Amino acid sequence: MQMNDNTFRPKIVAFCCNWCSYAGADLAGTNRLNYPADVKIIRVPCSCRVNPTFVLRAFGRGADGVIICGCHPGDCHYTSGNYYARRRMTLLFSMLDYLGIERERTRVEWVSAAEGAKFAQTMNSFVETVTKLGKNKRLEDLRCKK
Amino acid sequence: MQKVMIERAAELLSSGKVNRVLGWRAGLFAHDNTPSVFTDAADLQANFVYNEFCGANLSKYLVKESDKEGTVAVFLKPCDTYSFNQLIAEHKIKRDNVYAIGVQCNGMKDVNDREKLEERCASCKSRKHVAYDELIGESGEILDSNRFDMVEKLENMTSEERFEFWRGELSRCVRCNACRNVCPACTCEKCIFDNPDSGSANKAPADPFEENLFHIIRAFHVAGRCTDCGECSRVCPENIPLHLLNRKFIKDINELYGEYQAGETVNERGPLVNYTQGDAEPSVVYERGNS
Repeated sequence: MQMNDNTFRPKIVAFCCNWCSYAGADLAGTNRLNYPADVKIIRVPCSCRVNPTFVLRAFGRGADGVIICGCHPGDCHYTSGNYYARRRMTLLFSMLDYLGIERERTRVEWVSAAEGAKFAQTMNSFVETVTKLGKNKRLEDLRCKK
Repeated sequence: MQKVMIERAAELLSSGKVNRVLGWRAGLFAHDNTPSVFTDAADLQANFVYNEFCGANLSKYLVKESDKEGTVAVFLKPCDTYSFNQLIAEHKIKRDNVYAIGVQCNGMKDVNDREKLEERCASCKSRKHVAYDELIGESGEILDSNRFDMVEKLENMTSEERFEFWRGELSRCVRCNACRNVCPACTCEKCIFDNPDSGSANKAPADPFEENLFHIIRAFHVAGRCTDCGECSRVCPENIPLHLLNRKFIKDINELYGEYQAGETVNERGPLVNYTQGDAEPSVVYERGNS
């Protein structure tokens, strides 16, 4: 695909849990499903490993969108991790919205190891949404900019 | 009121039931009464004070005081008793070492405008003491307060307006850490903000991101444990309405996970260390209000 150099390409950080979503991403790969290269995956042992600071730090260091992927509720490898993550992230994203940071820049999605297609589709739609929003200006750390 | 309190404190000291009293000491000016430990009756007579400028929540001081030898008597206003309970629930206060005296509170005055009640007292959530060994004055009722009005107003703004509002407020932050130091819920021995690798350990805020990071993380760390005592806003030298961040979390928790008041009892499990299978999905955030 030819890209004009001026086209905005967002930087997306995806926190994927080791047991479901990371395997889902693998499946998307082995099935040769396309999803944008703008998505940088960070593997975490469980979605509840994602500390709110990780999300904020990702934004600070230049991410335009952050997505957290975990096992479907009820399917957590550690029984209950994603339930805690669900409460935490709901509150955090609500707070970011309250502070005036565009809510579409954050997302939580449950992707199982068998859902390669859902993974690719989720990433495609998320990248599209963030691309429309443009650069993350409201929550960037100027010190990290060149 | 003050006289009764001094008499009772002196009595407790002389009877040997307690060996020190935690209360408020008169400051240089009428409005700067500071928390202090009294050990003798003469000191109590001369310096103990209880008036409408005793805003300080003494619960936090019990974390250190209850760890020492002997029993400490402490005066607690209704909102302080919530923090007191919460700290007991978190095993931060040794209840056996504390003799809690509930004192009636009719609201504290704003030090900047001495005619007016403090904002947190004007929207007081409860005049009821939830924990005490004895009571001086009367314990009131849980009030039907309008404390979420401002949060609602902000929620109804557009995203841009909210951003401008918070940029204006948070950019005044001088990172004095007073809000953290005074908060009864902030009792970690090792704080993220003292960690040089946290990205928010500087005393001087380097750029807007750091202020955002600091305030989001501060509010998040006390989410579900904040009793809404309002100390953070009281001590802020820049008058940043920090309680609006905490109240947003409280409001969300109430709406999504059921009514919850931290510190109301000592046995309840906090909403962030709990879950149900039918919890709302994070997408509820996108489905409501203005964007």
